[in-house]
Amino acid sequence: MTTFETIAKLIAETKDMDVSGIKPENTFADLGLDSLDVAELVMNMEDELGVTIEISPALKTVQDVVTLVDEQKK
Amino acid sequence: MKILSFGHALPKRTVTNAELTQFLDTSDEWIQAHTGIESRHIMTGKETLSGLGAKAAKMALDRAGLKPEDIDYILCSTTRGEMTFPATACLIQARIGATCPSLDINAGCTGFLYAMDMADALLESGRVNRLLIVCAEQVSRLTDWTDRSTCVLFGDAAGAAVCERGDSLKTVRVSAEGDAKLLHAWASGGNCPFDDRIPEEQPLYMNGQEIFKFAVTRSCRDIESVMEICDLTPDAVDYFVLHQANRRILDAARTRLKQPVEKFPRNIATHGNTSSACIPVLLSEMAEDGRLQRGQTLVLSAFGAGLTTGAALLQY
Repeated sequence: MTTFETIAKLIAETKDMDVSGIKPENTFADLGLDSLDVAELVMNMEDELGVTIEISPALKTVQDVVTLVDEQKK
Repeated sequence: MKILSFGHALPKRTVTNAELTQFLDTSDEWIQAHTGIESRHIMTGKETLSGLGAKAAKMALDRAGLKPEDIDYILCSTTRGEMTFPATACLIQARIGATCPSLDINAGCTGFLYAMDMADALLESGRVNRLLIVCAEQVSRLTDWTDRSTCVLFGDAAGAAVCERGDSLKTVRVSAEGDAKLLHAWASGGNCPFDDRIPEEQPLYMNGQEIFKFAVTRSCRDIESVMEICDLTPDAVDYFVLHQANRRILDAARTRLKQPVEKFPRNIATHGNTSSACIPVLLSEMAEDGRLQRGQTLVLSAFGAGLTTGAALLQY
């Protein structure tokens, strides 16, 4: 499973939505995630992917997070 | 140690979300969706923190059938005492008519767990026979009432517990990760002519997202740790009594622990976050309405400025 697929799956679980509707260019706001949903998603990603992610205003889209996780996994 | 009784007191004035929308760009719907809070109690000019603390203390003493002179020590947890000094514990001591040693502690919202840890040490060493914990908080006096993201979260309250030697407390664990970045409030400055700092009387600041992460991860870690020490599974616990910071934190912790909603009592909807008073106030209300019964297994967990955390497991 790619990083995007894992993150899309976690978003779908967090918000109880269809995973096929999640695109890399979507912002979290587009997907209906508020600031605490993003914090919860980051915690779940840290557990699932074994990475540490500092939440910042620069994390706006799904791709922003994918890039950050892939950099840490290198 | 064992806890004989709990008591609590709330300011008379209730402030609803609708009232806050009169001077903040927010809405009842937003506050409820993001926090689970509908209203909170706020101290007005006529009320004092020591008065509130004394009222909670008297309720706890009455419920235990004890008099102020039966108490050997008062520990008051507060993030902003009534005065810088004397300690709020001394003001409460005078109000209830006790004569024992009294002092304040500040472990942020984790104060009740830190107080339990200290109470256990004092009682079990044999130096003290009966001890009164009072968590007295006036967070409304240190929040920035122009910051809609934080001022809506907090309320004022006092909770108390009367403790004596015994074996109902099975374990208590406290921790600190000294870091002011994510959550802090500045003390007010004096007028020293040699103090050339730029005044930083910034009221309470909180990074909500990082505190949410800290709260959920550490709370779950601490809860699992105290259950492991006592060789108990979550199913053997009657109630998980958590610091009432935000309904979303309570929900996230409950989901991770895979426990039903009834086992996570809450009063956040009507009280907001009352800092270290949350847990003793909630337990006192549960004693009042009959949910709290002798013999029940309770896990307590709190987190707060410091950053501090604490958890305890007790057979009430």
